[in-house]
Amino acid sequence: MSPKTLYDKIWDEHVVHEAEDGTCLLYIDRHLVHEVTSPQAFEGLRMAGRTPRAPEKTIAVPDHNVPTDPTRVDGIKDEQSRIQVEALRANAKEFGIEMYDVDDNRQGIVHIIGPEQGWTQPGMTIVCGDSHTATHGAFGALAHGIGTSEVEHVLATQTLIQQKSKNMLVKVEGTLPPGVTAKDITLTIIGRTGTAGGTGHVIEYAGSAIRELSMEGRMTVCNMAIEGGARAGLIAPDEKTFEYVKGRPHAPKGAQWEMAVEYWKSMRSDEGAHYDKVVEIDASEITPVVTWGTSPEDVLPIDGSVPSPEDFQGGKVDAARRALEYMGLEPGTRLSDIEIDTVFIGSCTNGRIEDLREVARIMEGKKVKDGLRAMIVPGSGMVRLQAEEEGIAQKLQDAGFEWRMAGCSMCLGMNPDQLAPGERCASTSNRNFEGRQGYKGRTHLMSPAMAAAAAITGRLTDVRDLA
Amino acid sequence: MEKFETLTGIAAPLPLVNVDTDMIIPKQFLKTIKRSGLGVNLFDEMRYDREGNENPDFVLNQPAYRDADILISGENFGCGSSREHAPWAIKDFGIRCVIAPSFADIFFNNCFKNGILPIALPQEQVDLLMKEAEKGQNARMTVDLENQTITTPDGTQVTFDVDPFRKRCLMEGLDDIGLTLEKGAAIDTFESGAQATRPWM
Repeated sequence: MSPKTLYDKIWDEHVVHEAEDGTCLLYIDRHLVHEVTSPQAFEGLRMAGRTPRAPEKTIAVPDHNVPTDPTRVDGIKDEQSRIQVEALRANAKEFGIEMYDVDDNRQGIVHIIGPEQGWTQPGMTIVCGDSHTATHGAFGALAHGIGTSEVEHVLATQTLIQQKSKNMLVKVEGTLPPGVTAKDITLTIIGRTGTAGGTGHVIEYAGSAIRELSMEGRMTVCNMAIEGGARAGLIAPDEKTFEYVKGRPHAPKGAQWEMAVEYWKSMRSDEGAHYDKVVEIDASEITPVVTWGTSPEDVLPIDGSVPSPEDFQGGKVDAARRALEYMGLEPGTRLSDIEIDTVFIGSCTNGRIEDLREVARIMEGKKVKDGLRAMIVPGSGMVRLQAEEEGIAQKLQDAGFEWRMAGCSMCLGMNPDQLAPGERCASTSNRNFEGRQGYKGRTHLMSPAMAAAAAITGRLTDVRDLA
Repeated sequence: MEKFETLTGIAAPLPLVNVDTDMIIPKQFLKTIKRSGLGVNLFDEMRYDREGNENPDFVLNQPAYRDADILISGENFGCGSSREHAPWAIKDFGIRCVIAPSFADIFFNNCFKNGILPIALPQEQVDLLMKEAEKGQNARMTVDLENQTITTPDGTQVTFDVDPFRKRCLMEGLDDIGLTLEKGAAIDTFESGAQATRPWM
């Protein structure tokens, strides 16, 4: 038998039917549902008189729309948001789907709570009507975003019609320098390969620098596989993965745990497996990075300067010109001279406990610069509680951060947390598209450590200079 | 789903790379629980100013392109979120075919579920079609799915590839879910097998 990649293995284990032209029906182990991309899918089911095939493999959570101020439990003021959340609640009830509601401590961003509650496990297929489903790939699960029609398809059949993607390997070997984190790895990869570099592929992240990452860090890396254009990102499970999953509410228990671990251990690429594309990156060369433009591929080391459109080729020349105008930046400006108005720490990329600990560490003995708006939005109610128990929450508030309830918040501006026109944000989220965080808002993506450094100085700052 | 066989209409040029789903339909319009009515907000932030006045420079606001049926754009079209609101808005506007050098994966899939044909062509061919699309009232093209050809105003023909299964679904307007439910027995068999070997899942 020819050697297989991890992706090949998960794929093969889930093919229900393969047509002559290679189109496959793929079984889906877990389906995560949120309020924005599901109402039309449930409506479609009802109109066709269909019911979910496996509601016990489905969970629902409101995250995109929900406000992050504590008064939200009294009701969401924005009518359309409220209707979407109510629709999710009604649909979950009607179809017997477990829901983590707004007033539940376990509520949070769907990609944070899946792993947290033990729903996410190695070797699974996991889908959600949200592109950042790639996050769950950190567990060695094949996880990707789907559209609403596919949400309906999965609800009705627990399968998806799929064509297999190609295999891509991104190998990061070596030791990360101090001040460099998982976010810098993932942004550096996108900066190198471009936002279409992974199109048509599933990326497996490997190498010693990836192995060294915590589960939180691995989730950060896989989360942005989609920004690199890939269908999904994957990291082979290991002892760290098993340790993370063990004991969580929906993790296997007793004899099944032993069986599961044995199975999970086989979920790794075989020696000599074939990859259609290979990218190798030396971890020691990665530096803290930020984005300067309106595409996640617009990545530069913090000690660099704003580029000129002439530095690019093809369609990217006009795109860079447009991005610079939108971002209000002049070529040649040192990145570390760019002043910011706002700091956003949170999102499914960087809203986990480790991220908040890192921010607290950088902020030790320091304050948020006067006049800055700085907010921390834990990725889930459980992360929020844990940070409160560890004393981090108090420290961060003392340093000048707003301490919010869990949700997607300012990552995508669908709730009251938004940038005003022209407002410039140091953000730990995943997209810097035009208007993403608010109409005419300006986003610079970076790691939590770098966002904390920016909070202290009020400009984009090399976190290594604060040490 | 509405069938797609042959489409003849005006092609609008949008020569931008990395057109993302936030550009196609900004987040504030995702708060709907319906699929319809999004066309008026297609490309909202480029198409209107803050007060809702049309930006006369934007291609779909120009007289020749107000009823465009085809859109021609740059590489990595549709990147970003999984929102099916993007193809819903495109379809609701009246565009049923998007041509670009490359597409983001989820957007590409979503198009087929909504009777929209996304066509990926080599850059040189997109450049050629983009030039033709700049002819305003004369930018009339015909997309023939059966024969997999695009015919430009001057009669030039460009051929394109399309996955056979998706082609059939588009041409016959097939309901994916209905097709899959016919394989119910295979799903049952798979589930029993998985229950035996991976009971914890």
